[in-house]
Amino acid sequence: MEHIITPKVEDVKLLNRYTEKKSTLGTLYLTATHLIYVEQTNNARKETWVLHHHISSVEKHPLNTSGCPLLIHCKTFQELHLLFQRERDCQDIYQSLLRLSQPVKEEELYAFLYNPHQNEDDRRRGWELIDVSNDFRRMGLSNEHWEISHLNKNYEICSTYPSVLGLPKNATVATVTGSAKFRSRGRLPVLSYYHKDMKAAICRCSQPLSGLNSRCLEDEQMLEAISQANPNCPFIYVVDTRPKLNAMANRAAGKGYENEDNYSNIRFQFQGIENIHVMRNSLQKLLEVCSMKSPSMSDHLTGLESSGWLRHIKSVMDAGVFLAKVVCDEKASVLVHCSDGWDRTAQVCSLACILLDPYYRTLKGLMVLIEKEWISFGHKFNHRCGHLESDPKEVSPVFTQFLECVWQLSEQFPCAFEFNERYLLEIHNQVYGCQYGNFIGNCQKERQEMRLRENTFSLWPHLLENHHQYRNPLYRRSLKSTVLRPSTLPLHFKFWCGMYNHYDKGMHPKQSVVDQLLSLMQRQVDGEKTMTDLQRQLAVADGVLPDPSGPINAPSNQDSLNEKSPTATVVQSNGSCIPLNNGAAKEAGMDSKQYNGEEGAEPADTQHGVTSSKEKPASVETEHSKEEVQESS
Amino acid sequence: MELSEHIKTANVEDVTLIRPFLPSLKGTLCVTSHHLLFSDRKEDGSRQLLVLLRNIDAIEKRALGSSGTVTIKCKDLLVLQLEIPGMEECLNIASSIETLSSLESVTEMYPFFYRPSHLSLQGPWGLSSADQYYKETERLLDRWRISNVNSDYSVCPSYPRAVIVPRDVDDDMLVRSARFRHGGRFPVLSYCHHRNQMVIMRSSQPLTGANRKRCKEDELLLQAVIDSSELGYIMDLRSAQQAQQSRMTGGGFESKSCYNHWKRLHRYHERGKVLQESLIKLVEACADSSHSVDRWLSKLENSKWLSHVHNALTTAGLIAECVERDGHSVLVHGSEGTDSTLLVTSLAQLILDPASRTVYGFLCLLEREWIQAGHPFQQRCGHSAHSHTRLKHECPSFLLLLDCVWQIWRQFPLALEFSEALLLRLTREVYASDYGTFLCNSEQERCALGVKENTYCLFRSLLKPEIEEKYLNPLYEHTDLAIWPSVHPQSLQLWTGLFLRWTEYSQNMEDARDEIWNIKKEHRERIGPDQNNHTTSIHCETFTPFENLMDELTVL
Repeated sequence: MEHIITPKVEDVKLLNRYTEKKSTLGTLYLTATHLIYVEQTNNARKETWVLHHHISSVEKHPLNTSGCPLLIHCKTFQELHLLFQRERDCQDIYQSLLRLSQPVKEEELYAFLYNPHQNEDDRRRGWELIDVSNDFRRMGLSNEHWEISHLNKNYEICSTYPSVLGLPKNATVATVTGSAKFRSRGRLPVLSYYHKDMKAAICRCSQPLSGLNSRCLEDEQMLEAISQANPNCPFIYVVDTRPKLNAMANRAAGKGYENEDNYSNIRFQFQGIENIHVMRNSLQKLLEVCSMKSPSMSDHLTGLESSGWLRHIKSVMDAGVFLAKVVCDEKASVLVHCSDGWDRTAQVCSLACILLDPYYRTLKGLMVLIEKEWISFGHKFNHRCGHLESDPKEVSPVFTQFLECVWQLSEQFPCAFEFNERYLLEIHNQVYGCQYGNFIGNCQKERQEMRLRENTFSLWPHLLENHHQYRNPLYRRSLKSTVLRPSTLPLHFKFWCGMYNHYDKGMHPKQSVVDQLLSLMQRQVDGEKTMTDLQRQLAVADGVLPDPSGPINAPSNQDSLNEKSPTATVVQSNGSCIPLNNGAAKEAGMDSKQYNGEEGAEPADTQHGVTSSKEKPASVETEHSKEEVQESS
Repeated sequence: MELSEHIKTANVEDVTLIRPFLPSLKGTLCVTSHHLLFSDRKEDGSRQLLVLLRNIDAIEKRALGSSGTVTIKCKDLLVLQLEIPGMEECLNIASSIETLSSLESVTEMYPFFYRPSHLSLQGPWGLSSADQYYKETERLLDRWRISNVNSDYSVCPSYPRAVIVPRDVDDDMLVRSARFRHGGRFPVLSYCHHRNQMVIMRSSQPLTGANRKRCKEDELLLQAVIDSSELGYIMDLRSAQQAQQSRMTGGGFESKSCYNHWKRLHRYHERGKVLQESLIKLVEACADSSHSVDRWLSKLENSKWLSHVHNALTTAGLIAECVERDGHSVLVHGSEGTDSTLLVTSLAQLILDPASRTVYGFLCLLEREWIQAGHPFQQRCGHSAHSHTRLKHECPSFLLLLDCVWQIWRQFPLALEFSEALLLRLTREVYASDYGTFLCNSEQERCALGVKENTYCLFRSLLKPEIEEKYLNPLYEHTDLAIWPSVHPQSLQLWTGLFLRWTEYSQNMEDARDEIWNIKKEHRERIGPDQNNHTTSIHCETFTPFENLMDELTVL
């Protein structure tokens, strides 16, 4: 709170990004967590909420005749262009936002303040909802070739790895520790995904410290052990996801890549995905294209091309497709790395998982996948998302690219995913929003030290509660083939308007097939529920059943949950089917109606900006700012 | 010479057929006067492929030892390969296809021979006409009338017999105005808006020429469209400079001093050869199998196809906005008034008029605004994207229209009663068809050749209930509002359904469509049709993307 100099400024103009005619006049509020802009026009009150954590940059432009402009860019690709009457106000807000959007300590993050009115039990169960070791079991571990190992339980072998690792059974402790010493930051080869039917594995690690010609017997044994764990194929692929040039340059620094002469039976491949700096710059260029004022078609396409963004997306996709092909067509195991094995490696491994295993295409499966390949394997969310004040060169849209690859796949396979675009966008929002603890910290060890499980809440239960709006109505559980084989021809890579121009509602389709179908299906569920309720009441009236004291939990509702996420037992067992009550259902229905409604520009704002955060500030705001908001209403 | 005389080899055995993304087949190939038939003659349900020869755009032959390979590129963008044993047979087949696929005489074309048992040549042909539109549209009665001045096609050879004109203008004035317009295409009514009775008119350019000729009757005709106090807009689909230049060749534009109640706007639209080349480049880009995104994007940009889509939708939006928001009547023309003019007037109607968004209404719109309005289909659709022959009058204006309609459908997936399948069917029919609907260049030609007496009408057949069902949009909800498409470049996409029609991708889209139908059907069964009414929601936003454009336009 001490950073807020002026909590309220009146008569602030919000300029429309594309047309000046559509700018509005309103009041700006600053709370501990949000910037809120309220415009009041003929009885209609429109609120724009922006989480401080979502702000990536604030620019104050010089005073001009119309006022003092302040430009706010968000990590969610929202842009606010504000115009203040008085320079003083602008300066105050500018300074406050600079500080508020760049927390210095972890404890300042929203997640440590946020309380969704759950008790400790709910909190604990929420965190237990997604358990990575369950996924190992689902894949069939331990078995004759692979085992779940606790060698890293104190993070001694590798500080940025999870405590539970999947390792080949015949790798000795000496092999494991020796191999870790030969890998950058100790990130040794471990299991990422095991394909039961093919008996083939996808493993991940960081680059070897091979330099110009060093070698390590244990590391060679480690790869041999991985190879032997697959009876179906006599060799393994080793995929370096970097461009060859980058990998060679690393050799001079004592790192590098596997020398095929030293490892028996490996097939080595480069994949050519660029590094985080190239990706960051590419996104920057893409966003410039997105915010062009009135571009011609050629401007747009030329800009898109020169940003290189889709080229990079394709390179990630190509690598993922290569992995999936190797596993399902050649039954071969594959070891993947980049430099540190926490950016490109995470992208490629998780993409291959989605292509190979339909489970990861479900609502819950994607949570497991993100939890496994990204969170637990130490993708540096703090650094890559810039949660805290830190080196801007560490920021890079690596996770965003992964989500985009999933979206590109869902465009090619409209029936293959249980979730819709909104789900991906919501996850993206939450990754940057720091409202939940999942994406705070750079690795599991750090998270444990921060005691995130005791101090913050998990995002996943929240998403499952609202699963109605995230479902893909076209989802078919039984596709003809379980493995997705996307075309990677360039023409299949489309610009993702829903992400990068998300807040420019005018650009999006004005009617949504997904929402229409969801509301059709929801009405059906509601209808059945009413039916069951009536039958139940009839039974009570007839004296067949005792009078229920609480609200009736319609069986049909539970069924639908069951169907959707077969493993969502935790949610059910804690008896908190509350979120599935009528309120939530109605909300979903309403949203879809609004989406088609007169104010075409509103609904998704409401969905992502307001509804998801509406109740939050109330619980964390100080009395002061609360009053302010009420005063204006 | 009989058609069959072109066929030197009618049958070849052991031909291998290679299709994209499907296993190759071995079987027999037959060439008939109008078809290419391939059959694998398997006991267990043989598979056949029937290609209308008219659908073949280009053919390439290659010798491979004693056998030959023929690559057939169809106008619907399908590419087939046939491996034919025997060099002579291969050459014979190729030359037969070459000749028979490019017949010039209309009466030799397949529609004149197509005689399905379930259809009869008796009975009405076509759906709509100016006459009928006039009768059905009550709001026209007061100020408009039907004129039969063109009953023998002498006033304007490319117009239908009956046209709708202002009530106060007599036939004599029409004749004079026609003499003052390119090809005799005097201003006629295209659409009258149901909310405010404002109209969209279309014509060709006035023949003012270098000496700034005037025509009193033409001026009066336009004056009669609007009240003396009102203002009308003329949407000239050429740049201001082009309009000026056209005076040197006898054309011109309506000058401010002569038409003082009309304000002229210029929006440049590409036509003819440029459009055709754009399509060729796009199709070529889509077939490029190199794996470079940069190259694809640059080819896509370079083809300019999406720019043309963008441009057409923007102009149509502007016209619709003049009519609906600003309450002005609009006259649209370019030079001849047979291509871009029809493109934008029909798109504007789709935006404004809920009646044109049903299957029936849409087909009526196409019939009135394209077929009867004299779009020269035969000239424009002689070849599609693959042909290397020297192009004369080819131009994919109609394809561009269908692409624009698809863009609207994508942005308003509930507002059109028809589905993408109908648009795709039309893209195919317009180039090669069993039906006579798209034959010839004008009503006059169709009349002279007896098209209506000797061929079947596509639109009538599409409306048969069992066929129409295939083309319905399961999620259709009627709305009375105008549907304003977004014209931001980010909002427009490549029409994958058409340009990637023959890839695996289209199968996935097919699955998705089936799934939508399933959900819809399941829902209908469980809830019953009555409750469906609850779903009717309004879906139009007040936002308009055209506002700014109005300011930027050159106003002369």
